[in-house]
Amino acid sequence: MNHADNPLLPREFRVSKIARETHDSFTMELDPAKGAKALHFASGQFNMLYAFGVGEAPISISGNPGNPRTLTHTIRVVGPVTKALHGLGIGDWVGVRGPFGTNWPVRESMGKDIVIVTGGIGLAPLRPAMYEIMENRGKFGNVVLLYGARTPNDILYEREVKKWRSQFDLHVNVTVDRAAGKWKGNVGVVTTLIPNVHFDPYQATALICGPEVMIRYTVIELRKRGVASENIFVSMERNMKCGIGHCGHCQLGPHFVCKDGPVFRYNQVKRLLDIREV
Amino acid sequence: MQTMRTYLEEHPFFEGLRDEHLELLSGCAKNIRVESDEYFIRTGKEANYFYLIRHGKAALELYHPNRGPIIVQTMHAGEVLGWSWLLPPFQWHFDVRAVEFMRLVALDGECLRTKCEEDHELGYEILKRFTHIITARLHATRIQLLDLYNG
Repeated sequence: MNHADNPLLPREFRVSKIARETHDSFTMELDPAKGAKALHFASGQFNMLYAFGVGEAPISISGNPGNPRTLTHTIRVVGPVTKALHGLGIGDWVGVRGPFGTNWPVRESMGKDIVIVTGGIGLAPLRPAMYEIMENRGKFGNVVLLYGARTPNDILYEREVKKWRSQFDLHVNVTVDRAAGKWKGNVGVVTTLIPNVHFDPYQATALICGPEVMIRYTVIELRKRGVASENIFVSMERNMKCGIGHCGHCQLGPHFVCKDGPVFRYNQVKRLLDIREV
Repeated sequence: MQTMRTYLEEHPFFEGLRDEHLELLSGCAKNIRVESDEYFIRTGKEANYFYLIRHGKAALELYHPNRGPIIVQTMHAGEVLGWSWLLPPFQWHFDVRAVEFMRLVALDGECLRTKCEEDHELGYEILKRFTHIITARLHATRIQLLDLYNG
């Protein structure tokens, strides 16, 4: 049985580039082994990255779906696997299973406004959607990106975000929870930006990624603006293990986040978000 | 030419306010400009005014002896700045700095308090609007306390 047939078998990829993003996160680019095929993926999907001898962790793909030859992942160092991945250097090997899960409805949203609300590391799984939107910019209405971080030092992809901000056909607003004197941007939670941004709530698709508490308050603000629940999409995070809905570790009510998600229509998970034990 | 009355009428804070009340408020208002990086509110100073932001961005700062000024909130065109004029001891609790060039309407707190005492309908209207803002900011501060992005 080869890799393509068995989603439980990792494929070997070599680390080709590493970039530090913030004090606790970094971006790693991976190239397939010589002669191996590229992994085609859609925006919002994730891979299981295997640090040999340590274990696997689910990591969203943060690169351009139009360039599947290079797999890009932005990783926050939070446990043994991500710590081991952080310890790798250029040329080291990583095991990759995937891509898994559902994707952001970018193509389905052509002709509509797009509102992206994200916080912290949540920008990583939305960056592929941004690339896809930018490559087809003429096919969308207003495109809004609202991004929140704890401090200016916690902003991901700073150069890229600055570039997006400078584009006339994008409305990009960044806010932080606290800042020192030199910061010229916004201070306040990301949800406070929603009432004042320009988009048509009745013709908009909203994409949200961040901690669940952020998702909850963001949905409240979007609903106040008039965005219908069925036009809001959220990326959920649970303890993904097998990636194919067999092991049950990532169960969220009737769903397996690895297979039925991570991107859900808000309607699908709304009730579950209100249950504390789930 | 824009009159003070028009500025007040156009600002979201006074949206839907009755004509006679707008007229009354115009008598307490003046236009001001603040240059970038200029402080126009200082902690502990008398809070004689509140401000309608027409243009530009302001940073609310708290001074920390070891870390210097910490920005806790930024405010933009269409927002209202300051409610310390409403209640004794009428003193500011923040420093406020213009992050960029600003145009504001400054409303004299003492003048406004007098008019609100004379006309309770106006007073109730103003209080309702400020309560809405205070509630929204309290809510935003509570969310900020959750350390939202540290999932």
